[in-house]
Amino acid sequence: MTDAPTDDQTVLPLKADSDVVRVRQLVRDVATAVRLSLVDQTKLVTAASELARNTLVYGGGGEARVRRLTQGTSVGVEVVFSDDGPGIADTDLALTDGWTSGNGLGLGLSGTRRLVDDFHLDTAPGAGTTVTIAKWRR
Amino acid sequence: MSPQPDHQWIDLLRENEDEVIAAWTAAAEASLAGRMTGSDLANDIREIYNGLLAGEGAETDIRSSVYDGLRALLNDLGRTRARQGFSPTEAATSIFALKQVVLDLLGRRGDLAAYRAFANLSIIVDDLGLYMLETYANARETVIAQQAETLLELSTPVVKLWDNIVALPLVGTLDSARTQVVMEALLQALVDTGSEHAIIDITGVPAVDTQVAQHLLKTVQAARLLGAECIVSGIRPQIAQTVVALGIEFGDIHTKANLSDAMLLAMRRSGLDIVGRS
Repeated sequence: MTDAPTDDQTVLPLKADSDVVRVRQLVRDVATAVRLSLVDQTKLVTAASELARNTLVYGGGGEARVRRLTQGTSVGVEVVFSDDGPGIADTDLALTDGWTSGNGLGLGLSGTRRLVDDFHLDTAPGAGTTVTIAKWRR
Repeated sequence: MSPQPDHQWIDLLRENEDEVIAAWTAAAEASLAGRMTGSDLANDIREIYNGLLAGEGAETDIRSSVYDGLRALLNDLGRTRARQGFSPTEAATSIFALKQVVLDLLGRRGDLAAYRAFANLSIIVDDLGLYMLETYANARETVIAQQAETLLELSTPVVKLWDNIVALPLVGTLDSARTQVVMEALLQALVDTGSEHAIIDITGVPAVDTQVAQHLLKTVQAARLLGAECIVSGIRPQIAQTVVALGIEFGDIHTKANLSDAMLLAMRRSGLDIVGRS
C-alpha cells in the first residue's frame, strides 16, 4: 500500500519481488500524468524497474520515492531509490558496461544512466546506496 | 399481548407475515438495483424469514442449534453474493432491511411497548447480517485465491502454430519464478512436439529490463540446446529504443516486430511458403 503522499511524493517499500511491480506501476502512472511521451515513459519505467531490482537484490531492500518535478515551464518525474545495504566501493567500475558483482548482464546501472535525463549516485562502502533519477518532458 | 414481552417481535412478524415479507423483499430489491430477479430474492427472503422464526423468538444467540438451518442458508447466500460480485453493503442490506420494515410497521401501530421487542429483534438481525458478511468475506478470499492459481496456469500457454512451429505468448512480468515455469513449459513443448522453431511473443510484456532480457536470452539458449531456433516477436518501438539505450545485445537471435512476421520467417525456414490462389 502507498503511504500518505507528503509534499506530493509517494513512498513505496522495496522488500519483495512484488514491490518492484508496484513501483513500476506507480512510476508509469506518474509518467502518464505528466504526459511523458510513450518512449520516455517506457525508458523511465524500465530504469525504475532496473534500479528497484538493484535495491532489492544488492541493497537488501529499501524504498522508492516518486514525485513530480516542476521547474519553470518544464515538468518531469523523479524517482529516488535508497537502501542501507553494503554500498558500492568503486562507482566507476559499477558504472562500466558489462561489469556485475552478481550474475546479471552488468548493464543495470550503466544502462539506466543512458535511459534517463538526470542520474545521481550517492554511495559509500557500508553507508548504503541512494540513486536519484529524473526524466523531463520534452 | 404475549406473555413473554421480550420475545414479542416474533408475534409481530407472524401477525404481519405477508406484509413483512413483501416490504422486506422490496427493500432488499431496491438495494440490489435490479441485478437479481424479484422472485429469486423473494424466495431467499422467505427462507430467511422461516429460519428466523424457527428460533421461536426465545433464542438470541444465532450460533445456537435452532438456527442451524438459518446459518447454513446465510453461508450459502454470502457465498453466492460474493461470486455474483455484489458489494458487502449490498449483500448485508438484504438482511438489515428487515429492521426498517419492522420499524415502519411499529411506527404505524404507534405501540410504544413494542419498541422494546424491536430492540431484541435488532440484536438478532445485526448478528445475522455480520454472520453473512463473514461468509461473504471468506468466499471473496477463496475467489481471489482461485484467480491467483488460474493466472499462474494462464501464464504459460505454449501454442502450436504449425507443424514444427510453437509459440509462447508472454503476458505480464517476467520474474525469476515465472521465467522458470515459462522456460520449462517451452522446452517440454519443444520436446513433445518435436518442433524446430519457437516464437516467443513479448507483446504483453510491459517493460523489458536487463533481468527480463537475461531471462529471454537464457530461454533461447536452452531451446538451442534442444535443437530449436527461437524468434522473439512483439517488440514494440518504445521497447526497441529502450533496449538499445540500455545496451542489451540480442546477438544472433532473430527478432520481429509482430507475431505474423515471426511466423512467416519460421515457415520460410522450414521450407514453406504462403502463396495466394491465382
